Amino acid sequence: MSDERTLDLLEAKIEELRTLDEIDGMDLGKEIARLEKRLEDLRRDLYSSLSDWERVRLARHAKRPYALDYLNAVFEGFYELHGDRIAGDDRALLAGLARFDGRRVVVLAQQKGRSTEENKDRFFGMTRPQGYRKGLRAMALAERFGLPLVTLIDTPGAYPGLESEEMNIGGAIAESLLAMSRLRVPIVAVVIGEGGSGGALAIGVADRVLMLENAIYSVISPEGAAAILWKDKERAKEAAASLNLTAAHLEELGLIDAVIPEPLGGAHKDFDRTAGALKEKLSRQLDSLCVQPVDKLVSERYERYRGIGRFRPVPAPESEE
Amino acid sequence: MAIFKEKQYLRVDVDQERDESLWMKCKSCDELVFKRRVRENNNICPNCGEYFFLTALERVESLVDEGSFVDGAEAIMADDPLGFVDSRPYVERIEEAQEKTGLADAIVLGKASIAGIPIVIAVMDFRFVGGSMGSVVGEQICRGIESAVEEECPFVLVSSSGGARLQEGLFSLLQMAKTAAVRQRLADAGLPFVSVMTYPTSGGVQASIASLGDVIIAERGAMIGFAGRRVIQDTIAQELPAHFQTDAFALEHGFVDRVAKREDLRDELSTLLGYFVETA
Repeated sequence: MSDERTLDLLEAKIEELRTLDEIDGMDLGKEIARLEKRLEDLRRDLYSSLSDWERVRLARHAKRPYALDYLNAVFEGFYELHGDRIAGDDRALLAGLARFDGRRVVVLAQQKGRSTEENKDRFFGMTRPQGYRKGLRAMALAERFGLPLVTLIDTPGAYPGLESEEMNIGGAIAESLLAMSRLRVPIVAVVIGEGGSGGALAIGVADRVLMLENAIYSVISPEGAAAILWKDKERAKEAAASLNLTAAHLEELGLIDAVIPEPLGGAHKDFDRTAGALKEKLSRQLDSLCVQPVDKLVSERYERYRGIGRFRPVPAPESEE
Repeated sequence: MAIFKEKQYLRVDVDQERDESLWMKCKSCDELVFKRRVRENNNICPNCGEYFFLTALERVESLVDEGSFVDGAEAIMADDPLGFVDSRPYVERIEEAQEKTGLADAIVLGKASIAGIPIVIAVMDFRFVGGSMGSVVGEQICRGIESAVEEECPFVLVSSSGGARLQEGLFSLLQMAKTAAVRQRLADAGLPFVSVMTYPTSGGVQASIASLGDVIIAERGAMIGFAGRRVIQDTIAQELPAHFQTDAFALEHGFVDRVAKREDLRDELSTLLGYFVETA
């Protein structure tokens, strides 16, 4: 997306003209309008036909809004709960109570860091076993008090490392999958950035799964797939296209329920609008889920996952004439 | 962790040649061994004790009562929901794997008995696209669980898998959620689920169904873990201990109940199942 720079330059130019307009009283209105139109056209050209790889880059964009941005903008009074009661507190997966649109909810949210310092603390958004086990606590809490669970997914993946493995990260993910599949409260999961493999799915088993337009959700990172399939990480672009990891593809495949639109250029270009769109979709889903009997919810969730998979009968061997 | 320093960990050889000759060379001890003896010995080198790889059907044979296995899998095979092409089309990969293994996909499923106790058993086959779990493997595990519930008998799963199958994208990832959800049916019915982890049990399989056994037994020489050594070193360049993700590592850190030698696995299972199922 090197053309993004052209857009930035143009934006700066318009800003400069506006200043001149104000200071010197020059009548630059026409020129400004002309440039603004050009900017809008360029933006549309650039962003309306994004490749899958470009969406991967938007999902990982340094300015992309993170979970806490939404927690502050869309939720009220996020009351964080720390720790798994066993080994520690994972700063890459936040748990807590909050209000949303007049409802009390339990939230699980994967949080990346903005600065190097913050990323050290948050392990670049990669969840550790402590995080998933804190998640299990939060789920139990939600069930005990009949509060809907909302999860915000944004992780490159579960944290790969010695400590993670020693604490059985795989086992922690498995427990989380099982717990969510039978949790007796409504669950809505929203992929806001990167839905990185098992580390994302571990908090993604839900009655409704939503994705932001430029979020991605995949069995493996495009780089990981390229390394395995082509032995060449440089082919991540191709891998991204093959994996069908964009919101639009996954909606078409019937694996997610709805796509939340983003402004041209991505969520960070107009956060208020993005947050508003997320709030609206999430609110609609919770409204429809919260009036349903819990037994029905849980059995429909079960059937939803039981039915996932594409296969066909093995053709009968050709009979010999 | 000093006690692990000197120990040589057993490696399971998955690349052994399956040609027509009567003899094979053990890569571990360099000895020329008679193939039939290896086969009769659960694919364990009669000279040095090295484990060779077992196919799914050989594994079934090594665990259940002779002649008791009835293949119960309705024959289903992978679709290609993404039209996936990497260095070659997914459809071709599947065809080749089917030809090589004689299996429809990376799993064998059926009814059998162990020491007279009826069970449903599912065994993964590493030769088939690395034993990876796509829609078919996920579906067969679920059907196995459902048929165990119907038959009111224990479910035994023997894993040998690199994880989720990349070529089916999110469909594969979601098999983790599917199998985990369906696993609950056994618990609701009061039926035991024994998970046997062999070389390798990793990625999406270790992070879902394989880790949800009531009892988890690791075969000696198993590799058990979520992210492989290479992924970890690529991502965070961390030094890893020699016994990282071995059976001993899994036991030491508490994520398997027991470790058993291959030759003891059948007895191990019959003893265990005897505690769950009242036998006449």
